[in-house]
Amino acid sequence: MEYFSIFVKGIFVENMIFAYFLGMCSYLAVSKTVKTANGLGLAVIFVLGITVPINYLLENYVLKEGALSWLNPDFATVDLSFLSFIMFIAVIASMVQLVEMIVEKFAPALYGALGIFLPLIAVNCSILGGALFMQERQYPSIGEATTFGLGSGVGWWLAIVAIAAIREKIRYSNVPAPLQGLGITYIITGLMGIAFMSFMGIEI
Amino acid sequence: MSTDNSVATPKRESLFSKKNRRLLKDPLSDSNPITIQVLGICSALAITVQLQQAVIMSLSVLFVMIGANVIVSLLRNLIPDRIRIIVQLVIIASLVIIVDEVLKAYQPDISEKLSVFVGLIITNCIIMGRLEAFALANKPGPSVFDAIGNAMGYAWVLLVVSIVREIFGSGAISLPGMGQVKFLPQDWFVSSGGLYENNNLMILPPMALVVVGIIIWIQRSRNEALIED
Repeated sequence: MEYFSIFVKGIFVENMIFAYFLGMCSYLAVSKTVKTANGLGLAVIFVLGITVPINYLLENYVLKEGALSWLNPDFATVDLSFLSFIMFIAVIASMVQLVEMIVEKFAPALYGALGIFLPLIAVNCSILGGALFMQERQYPSIGEATTFGLGSGVGWWLAIVAIAAIREKIRYSNVPAPLQGLGITYIITGLMGIAFMSFMGIEI
Repeated sequence: MSTDNSVATPKRESLFSKKNRRLLKDPLSDSNPITIQVLGICSALAITVQLQQAVIMSLSVLFVMIGANVIVSLLRNLIPDRIRIIVQLVIIASLVIIVDEVLKAYQPDISEKLSVFVGLIITNCIIMGRLEAFALANKPGPSVFDAIGNAMGYAWVLLVVSIVREIFGSGAISLPGMGQVKFLPQDWFVSSGGLYENNNLMILPPMALVVVGIIIWIQRSRNEALIED
């Protein structure tokens, strides 16, 4: 049940977009049509599901204070956590590259769908944000960390697909000219955020 | 290309030439990173509950942007095109680590409140965006101006949003080093028999989006050229 709780929390209660505004840039830029939004959302789930566990291992076996003691008991006092930003971002950037190459080789159809979005993801704040939240919240095992990664990814996908659907429809509405495009998208996202706040405090 | 290359002694550009002033001024309004270019929004929204956090965040971004722009601009002819993203990320990440350690040492409570968002300056698209669009193709001098201009454009939106949210949400203003100053008399509040109540909605994340939406609304109705169709 623990896993289910973390998963649902990641999607609804602690939604990356509505609660923390992570990945807003690509969320606003790539949400003009549902099809592309769906592609980017799937790519984010994919990358979060891969990078969070890798960064979890890195955090717990290399960076954290005393994490290196598996190598030699003398290292029990070594604290490399100041390096975590640079390590996480290096892992993310290289994983994105690697995933891109693997997908291109073995799943050309998927590459066609995700291809152009994968490089964008290296600089999507939600990926690094996932790693940093994982570090802050100290999940007890790699399974929970992975579940958290996947859950936040699904939450992000849900948010971008929802806003893209609304933006497709709102094109036919009579929005005041200065609000058209970016302005109304901000306000709608705010309203969706208020709706998502009704999930706050749910304990599963 | 000038026609008389032979005699031309390269004319030194003055510090506040028209071009440099434009680099500084444009990002404040017509190409504002947040309201027009859609860059660097994550942090802009998440840390605007209080003014002091917004001030610290703006200063951090200013520092990282100037540093990254100068370094990348100096290295622009050495960085291979294929791996430039990783090189840029490493440069930015190193600068952000400096900021993070300094904040932890001198402003521990604000650093606590900013939590992961200091780290997220690394992926703040405003920095990557300006490196890609400007520093990779320009000399260090203009890059500094571009960095200052864009960081300022980012900062004013952050400051306005956080002032609005803090005044209406907590009835107070806070600055780093001063703590929170409540300027409304205590007996105005409902809890002590008055009529005024803080709008708690303002403290919640969604209102940041609405406030930025309204800033965009005001800005675009003043300058019709910016309206999207």
